[in-house]
Order: sequence, then C-alpha cells, then structure tokens
Amino acid sequence: MSDTALARHLADRLGFGPRPGDLDHIAKTGPDRWIDQQLHPASLALPKEVAAHLAQLRTLRMSPEETFLEYGPPALREAKSPEQRKDIQERARIVPAEAIEARILRAVYSPAQLEESLVDFWFNHFNVFAAKGLDRVWIGAYERDAIRPHVLGRFRDLLGATAKHPAMLFYLDNWQNTAPNAPGARGNFKGLNENYARELMELHTLGVDGGYSQDDVITLARILTGWGLGGDGSRAPQAAAKARPFGKRVAVDRRFPPAEQKAQGRRGGTFVFAENRHDFSDKTLLGHRIAGRGEAEGEQALDLLARHPATAKRISYKLAQYFVADEPPQAVVDAGAATFAKTDGDIAAVLRTLFARPEFRDPSGFNTRFKTPLRYVVSSLRASGATVRNFRPAFGLLQQLGQPLYGCITPDGYKCTEAAWLNPDGMTRRVTYALALAAGRLPLSESPADQPAGPRAGARRNPDGGALRARGNEPPVNVETLIATLGGISEKTRAVVTTAQPELRAALVLGSPDFMRG
Amino acid sequence: MSRFDRRHFLQLGAAGTALIPFGRNAFAASAPGNKRLVVVLLRGAVDGLNVVVPHAEAAYYEARPTIAIPQPARDGGALDLDGHFGLHPAMAALMPHWRDGTLAFVPASGSPDATRSHFDAQDYMESGTPGQKSTADGWMNRLLTALPVKRTSTTALSFGPTLPRIFAGPSDVATVPLGRAAASPIPLDRPIINAAFDQLYTGEDALSRAYREGLESHKKVMKDLQADMMAADNGAPSPDTFGQDAAHLARLIKQDPSVNLAFFALGGWDTHVNQGGSDGQLAGRLKPLAEGLAGLATGLGKDYQDTAILVMSEFGRTVHENGNRGTDHGHGNVMWVMGGSVAGGKIHGRWPGLESAALYENRDLAVTTDFRSVIASVLAGHMKLTPGQVAGILPGAPTGDIVLVRA
Repeated sequence: MSDTALARHLADRLGFGPRPGDLDHIAKTGPDRWIDQQLHPASLALPKEVAAHLAQLRTLRMSPEETFLEYGPPALREAKSPEQRKDIQERARIVPAEAIEARILRAVYSPAQLEESLVDFWFNHFNVFAAKGLDRVWIGAYERDAIRPHVLGRFRDLLGATAKHPAMLFYLDNWQNTAPNAPGARGNFKGLNENYARELMELHTLGVDGGYSQDDVITLARILTGWGLGGDGSRAPQAAAKARPFGKRVAVDRRFPPAEQKAQGRRGGTFVFAENRHDFSDKTLLGHRIAGRGEAEGEQALDLLARHPATAKRISYKLAQYFVADEPPQAVVDAGAATFAKTDGDIAAVLRTLFARPEFRDPSGFNTRFKTPLRYVVSSLRASGATVRNFRPAFGLLQQLGQPLYGCITPDGYKCTEAAWLNPDGMTRRVTYALALAAGRLPLSESPADQPAGPRAGARRNPDGGALRARGNEPPVNVETLIATLGGISEKTRAVVTTAQPELRAALVLGSPDFMRG
Repeated sequence: MSRFDRRHFLQLGAAGTALIPFGRNAFAASAPGNKRLVVVLLRGAVDGLNVVVPHAEAAYYEARPTIAIPQPARDGGALDLDGHFGLHPAMAALMPHWRDGTLAFVPASGSPDATRSHFDAQDYMESGTPGQKSTADGWMNRLLTALPVKRTSTTALSFGPTLPRIFAGPSDVATVPLGRAAASPIPLDRPIINAAFDQLYTGEDALSRAYREGLESHKKVMKDLQADMMAADNGAPSPDTFGQDAAHLARLIKQDPSVNLAFFALGGWDTHVNQGGSDGQLAGRLKPLAEGLAGLATGLGKDYQDTAILVMSEFGRTVHENGNRGTDHGHGNVMWVMGGSVAGGKIHGRWPGLESAALYENRDLAVTTDFRSVIASVLAGHMKLTPGQVAGILPGAPTGDIVLVRA
C-alpha cells in the first residue's frame, strides 16, 4: 500500500476528502500522528479569512433566548401589522441560513476534518428539523451548544446536552410532557407525551431492539415530565404552543395580556424543570428503581441509558457504519463497543479503536463507500480548490439530492449508506453539478450578500436549485492539479479523461465513479 | 391513431383477442400487463380516526373532546359515507369517487406487528414482511419483478430524490424529480457530453446502472412532460407540490404505456401536538392530499379504469387525544383504494368499535384487517397476479378475507 493511497483513504473517511496539498501533508505527518491530531483538534485552527467570515454570522453568536426574542413569539407579538409579522418571519430565515453557511464553510475549510464529520454524524444521530416551528430560531444554537462541544467527548455529555436543549425539547414535544394529575396540568399541558421518551431509547441510545417495552416508554415519559422550556412554568409561551409542527408559520396567540406574555417570553429559549408538572411517584425503568425526586430522575435515567450495553453496541455500530463500511464487520463493531463500555462512552477512544482496526486499513476497502450528497458536494469543493464564499450552490445540490442540511423531518436523521443515496436521478444530478463546477460556472466566490433569495430551511423541494444555474464566472478547474490533489485516478477514468475534449476533463474526474466513492 | 387506440392495439397483439372493451368493467378483463398501481405512503402515521370518522359512536366523541370531527349535520361536520362513518370535511374532493363507486375504505386495518416505532412500522409496511427485519427488498420491487411485462426504464417510478425501501431490490426503478425539475433539460442532453460520460459508466456495477437508468428515464420523462407543461400551466408552479407531482404522473401514464407502478411518500402526519379538528394542522394536510388524488384520477381520464391508487400509513394514532390536543402513536388505521376496478362506495372489513373492551392494549383501535390483505386483494383482483405470485410478493399474507376489486 502506498503512502498516498492510505493518505487518500484517511482524508476521505475521517474528513471530506483532500484539498490541494493535503495528501502530502498527511503522508509527511505520518498517518497515525495525523489521526491523533484529528482526535485532539484543539490546535487545528480555521484559516483566518474563514474565521473572519464566520464571525460575521451574527445569529451564530446569539443565545437561544436572544433569537427567541428577536425572531420568535415575543417579536411577533409586538408587530403592529400582519405585514410586520410577515417581515419578522422572513427575517427569521437568517438563522438556519447562517447555520447552513457555517456548516458548509467549516466542512470545506476546517483542518479539523474529523470534527466536522462528527458534527454531521452526531447531528443526524440527534436530529432536529429546522422547519418545525420554533426550531427555526434555535437550530444554529443547537449545533453550536449541544452537538459541537461534545463530538469527541463523552457520549453522556452529548446525550445530556441534547436532552436539555430547547431545540430538542421542542422538536420531540417533551416541553409539553406533563403528569396528568400534577398541579400544573392545564391547557396544552394536560398529559403525557411519549414522543421524546420513545426516540430517546429507540434512536438516541438503546436502539429498537435494545430490550425496552411500551411500559418503559411510558415510564421514561413520566420521568421526563416537567422537562420544559423557559417562559413556561405551568403555561409555556402560548405562541410556541400554537406553532405548526411542520409548517412555516408561528402563529400569535393573544389570549394573555401583553404584560404577562412579555414576562413569559423573556425567558423563552432556556431549559427549565417545571416541578408543578412533574410526576413525583417512584418508578421502575428497565428493571431499575428510580426514586421520585424531580429533575434528578431524568439525569439518572440518562445515566442508565448511556451506560447500557445496548447503547454501546448501537453507537459503535453506527460509527463503524459511518467510517468503515455500510455493513461493518462484526469484529469492528464489537471492538468499538468494548472500548465504549470500558471508557464510559469516550467517543475519541471508540474512534481510535475503529481507526486502528486492520479492517479499516485494508486497501480492498479503500474508495468503496458511496458518498452521501453532503460528502459528495463538500469533497468536490475541497478537491477543486475553489474559493468558496457563497454556500448556495452547494446547498442547492443538497436540496436536489434530498439531503438539505437541517431538513430531515424525521428524528432518525439522514442515513449514510449507499442504499439510501444511490439512485438514477441522483447520478444525473451529480454529473450535472460536476460539469458546472469544473467549468467555473457556479458563483462560488460571490459574496452571499449579492445573492438573491435565501434558502428555505428544511425545504425539501426546491427543484430548480436556482443556485445551480450556470452563471458563475470562476476559473475553470485544472484537471492536472485536480488529479494530483486526489493522489491519482483509476486507470479506466484516466483513459476516458485523456481522450476527452480538454474542457470536459475536470468534469469527468469530478463526475467519475472514483469520485462518487470515498 | 390516437394514443389510446395505439395502446389498445398493442394490447390486442399481446392478448390475441379482438374484443373491443367498452364500459367500466370491460377493462378488468384486459391483459394483466396494462394494470397500474399507484401507492401513496403517508409517513408519520396519519390519524385515520379523523380521516374516516366513526361519527355514530359516542366513544369517539368522548375520547376526543377538542379534536373530534363533528357529526355530519353539524358545523364543520364529517361528510357522511354510510350512516356510521364520515369523511373528514377537508377531503371533500374525494366524495365524487365515493359516490361513483370507485373509492373504498378499509378502517381498522394495519400491521400484525405491535411496534409503535415509525421507522420499524414503515419498514415493515415497505418490506411487506411485518416482524421480519432481515427482508432485503421492498414489496413493490418484488411486484415489479413479477409483472408480466417487458420492463422499460419507466415501468416503475418513484417520485422524490431518494429510492424508498418499498422499491429496494434487484429490479431497476426510475426516480422522478419532484416539481418542475422533472421537465428541465440538463447538460447531459448534449451529445458530446453524453458520449464522454457514457464511457465512464459502461459496467454492470450499481453506479453504472444507476447512471444509465437516470439518463434514460430523464430523457423519456422530459419528452413526455415538456410540451404538455408549457402549454398547461404557462410556467406557473402549482401551489401544492403533491398536486403537481400527481398531475405529472397522470401525464406520464397517458404518454407512456409502459408505466405500471408509481410510488409517492408524503410526510407531516405525526400530529402529537395541536392536531386540529375540522380545520387546523391535520386538515391542512388532508386537503391537498385529497385534491391531489382527485386530480390524479381526473388527469388519468380513461386510464383511471386500469389504475388502482392505494393509500396507507404505518399505524394509526391513539383513540384518546393526548394532553397537547394531539394524538400519540397507536395501532389500527384506515387504508383506502381508488380506481376503475375498485369495489367502491363501500366500507370494507370488520369494524371492532371504540368501546374500551374493544381497544388494542386498552388504548388503540384494534387491527381486524392485515394491511397485506388489502394489498394482496389489489394484486390479485386488479393486477391479475396468481395466488402463487401474490404469496411471493407478500409471504404469509392472509388472503381472501377481503375483496376490494370487482370480479
């Protein structure tokens, strides 16, 4: 195995493929030391101009309370006319738009590539849909506060951070989950809501075959009664209660006097434990006794779920599927699960185990994973060495291919397998995009401020993907540089490329079977 | 020769008969290869009790103080079907089909598997093997393989960018883009570009096959839709995308006799919170669904006679509304079938009722008709498959307990 082949494998699997010079850098650093740096990315800083670009994204510096006040129900209540309200709702789109922009820029430019892959992985594991009501205003903060800080840390910290984040509380309805006979049970907070409790076990921890019953779902829902949103108490921000779970509008409720609404709204966007809606009885979850004592019951339940052997297996399986193979070898999964159990869910340690496995380093597995739309588009921007200031062409392709960031409606998140993403229409769209990118016809270096209409968060249907219309004026991609960046191409592709018209050559590389895989 | 005649001519060639079919049921006797099935999966578990409303039952109204659909004579009331059940008022567009006898409902239908996980339940409904996770392919792919037709790149169409589980399997399925993109030209239409890329994808591997299928179906779909769309809507996108996509399908079927199977998945039914009653969230989803289905039926014209449209969802929702004016994951649901050969204007299956003693696990509508029976009835009665073929597509499905297609 050549150093270049292994370097390419690492760049493809741990990250989003090589940028110019990356393979030399990995080979020179040494594969193991490079992996080590990726597992401890604190010293890997973003390029200055990218950091400066990201620093301009104002909503990414705002707390959930601040975006709630500025774009959520409190702002809508103060609007003087339907037009003003509409205007606020339009402006609220900036929150997911900036989150998308930041995610794409980091994936393209961050030297901490593994960290960016893991943001993709964990966001999907703890998926939240940006177009569900108030999640629009919290989506950026969710990734920044609940996901990013923990992607290489302890699983239990990630679990706890997502459990208490307003975006998750709202997405899976737990903010309304109420003990039916509690003093605070009234209005829209009358009874149990099992939604989060079920997904917490089925998707976030144990897995559907992880050995829990419908009784466990109900018990866990009771444990989590009162885990709610600020500005709630027993009543919660009423406008939020009326938000349409899958729609575009946040309706305004005027049943409460303005002063009271204002006071409630001020605290929106924070986690609170609403004691007066909690079920204080003793409970048994998965055979473990949980003494009724309030918020601590939920923490105990999260401890129990995070340390459960089924969770270790499930997380190891999913990580191995993401990094090794669609159907990961059992020995790899077992090794990862053992590390998970031994280290109390240390994610970096589990990954170190997976990356050290012979199955991961076997050249027969190189360049065999079909790229998800996100990996395809980001890897193409990296390999072509393009200057990316405008994220919209990339986002347009993601919409066309059915993987818009923050747009997965269901809590299981986007899948990472070939079966999920390889289809005839997707292939023609990838090739169409490759042709535009290679010819310099995507407006990648234009400032986003010059761009028309922002992306609609979560919109799965923006069929034309206006951003893909050929109107950019970038330098065409140089095919020799591209091939050098990738550390070579297959014989078959090379044969086609060398006989093709010069202006099609780079497109043929970016649209080749080699580049569809990683 | 009109397209209709041409198709009929081809059909005659295949069947070796000179009978000219006329009238509604005449087509039922035509060659099996000309039968079409459109499946619409409502992902997220639609609340069937508010779709087909048991308005004659007090227990229904007791369980749903804020979200029940009122009785037919009342404001916002259900549209009466048979004196016991009524249709959600937002679905008025389907009533003409109920009245002309081409729309049938099967309440209390669903999966024999008890799961209340969306993902498992959808998986089972798409694999056609409830309780068995190891099934690799989807039942519509098995159906595609079993169809007695010469398969083309557009025999099976999946609307949307990704191939769903129900179509997973060895036979190739075309994915049709949603919305207007379906009719837009692409650079690969240019011969010089086309020729260069074709050389990269000459193999029999999965990528090469997908590439070739994609290009071929793009060309066919574009050709069929382009002229028609320019004329029909003058470039204005439809306000509702399902309606638009359903209309695309109707056009494709009219243009291309080789379309036999189509699949749509629609989301947004998981109404845990503020579900609404006659108006509101669920009503806002049901209206475009019903209008899209009615538009598909109308758009098909005479081809409606040879088409069955099956609507299903992974499970029903709790009989009782929850504390958030919504409903949680339940069990039994409603399925419905439309089409020229459907034994419609009728509620099928056994209704277990909503009294406490009749409920599944004391909370949900019971399942009295296996969802596979409903599909099997359509495959046997409408698609004209043999019992052996049906058993291959839906292994272990109960048969004969329900008859949804006219003899």
